[in-house]
Amino acid sequence: MGRAVAVIGTGQTKHGRRDDLSYPDLVREAVKKVFEDAGITPRDVDGVVYGSMPSMMEGVAYNHFYFADALRVVGKPLLRTETCGSTGQSVAHTAIHWVASGMADVILAIASEKENEGDAQATMMTILEPFLQVVIGGAPIAFSLQSREWMGYYHIDDAKAREAASIVSVDSHDGGLANPLAHIRVKLSKEDITNAPIITYPVRFYDVCPISDGACAVIFASEEKAKKICKKPAWVKGIGFRGEEYFIGDSSKAVWQSTIEASKEAYKEAGITNPLKELDVAEVYNPFSYQELMFLECLGLCPPGEAPDYVIKGTFSPGGELPCDPSGGVLCTNPIGAAGLIRVAEAALQVTGKAGEHQVEGAKLALSHAMGGAMQFNGVTILGSEL
Amino acid sequence: MAEQKEKPRKVAAMGMVPYEMALGPTWTRFFEGFKEKKILGTKCNKCGRVLVPARPFCSRCFEPMEEWVEVAQEGTIVTWSYVNYTYFGVTPDMIPLIGATIKLDGVDCGTGMWTQIGGFDIKDFELVTKKVKVGARVRAVWRRKRQGNFRDIDYWKIIE
Repeated sequence: MGRAVAVIGTGQTKHGRRDDLSYPDLVREAVKKVFEDAGITPRDVDGVVYGSMPSMMEGVAYNHFYFADALRVVGKPLLRTETCGSTGQSVAHTAIHWVASGMADVILAIASEKENEGDAQATMMTILEPFLQVVIGGAPIAFSLQSREWMGYYHIDDAKAREAASIVSVDSHDGGLANPLAHIRVKLSKEDITNAPIITYPVRFYDVCPISDGACAVIFASEEKAKKICKKPAWVKGIGFRGEEYFIGDSSKAVWQSTIEASKEAYKEAGITNPLKELDVAEVYNPFSYQELMFLECLGLCPPGEAPDYVIKGTFSPGGELPCDPSGGVLCTNPIGAAGLIRVAEAALQVTGKAGEHQVEGAKLALSHAMGGAMQFNGVTILGSEL
Repeated sequence: MAEQKEKPRKVAAMGMVPYEMALGPTWTRFFEGFKEKKILGTKCNKCGRVLVPARPFCSRCFEPMEEWVEVAQEGTIVTWSYVNYTYFGVTPDMIPLIGATIKLDGVDCGTGMWTQIGGFDIKDFELVTKKVKVGARVRAVWRRKRQGNFRDIDYWKIIE
């Protein structure tokens, strides 16, 4: 994969409804924090990568122009990368490729979203042309359809899937409570979740991510720079990314090849043969609790069709074999463009022991993941405490 | 910064852009078929797949898909969801609605174009969970007046 690359700093805003700040101010909050965390200045940075959802979500086309000052990009090269929900993973991968290639030593990666400024669903529906694949109701129905396809394919009954999805939601919300930067911080019981109103059946209210404002910044560096600058870097062990065809019915979304292949590539690069045993923590992209079940399988963390059994026996809960989304995940914080990079930042915090109250004790190897597009893209980044 | 008395406020903004999007020859013909209550697919001469909606080229072989095939108007539900919430584009008068992806007989992909299950009282949720299942058989029900767009299929009826 080219030269070794490390994360030498992360910065996240307080996520939530941030009407208190203009969008550039919000981006600046994350950028300021990442420089404080890494202990370097913008002068030490060779280039900047930025990404968000389609920028009409906030009403300013090419918002990286608007943010040039906040991104500290003046006098530097800038790349924009975006793949919808997986934007944050794509931004990280662009930075990693840039450093691994030897063309740069220190790259600042930033991703953000201020979803409350516009109509997030309206923007999301514009990722499809409006005459052939007209998905009524945007993301919630798209991913409910995917969940139902998965349940139907493996003959998983509604009650069992419901129980497992409720556990995912309880665990994520407990994670959100332990994470001061999370948007949704509320204690929920399984009953709260099961009795919540139907949004797009089988998905109920607490199975759905919030509409969040937030930004995330991560600084990536070459081995030489990382060792010089940072006492405890998080090393990039492997990355994988895969895209799929445009028409949603053309391939199975229950056995989701782009997730399967992206994670296989990342595991191969990282030398991981048994991800469930070898990984210590996973930040799985979970905007919908049912979708996390399908991801657990497609990421190779449990056998196909058995995610509910594994979830019900506690494998992915706090204290289980592989805790998932201790940060609260996307279920508690979803500034979409930033959500995939937040997963990377959280993985870095975990393997460097800096995750605070939601730290998984002794975590050395962490998976981060995001998906995006019309169920089209999946990206995986694995970070470790050792080079 | 000195202490500020006023609460940060917001400013209203609106962006609206109308478009004229070209359908191209393949999708034009596909929607012309709708006017005659026909569902048309195209076949790839290399891999043999028949796809609906019709495609100008095969996504896998990259070959032109020039052979037209009229396909069945019956198929099976690949997946479905019950929408009971208003969103952008979903108004209170539209819900509940049941979205679905359907694999038409003889077609090699699922089709999900404004595909809604209907023809019975879908406000009765118990009835919905009894009737609507992955694998259930459905048939297209056309609108009386068709205009050559995805709305021409009014809904898909469950075949008992």
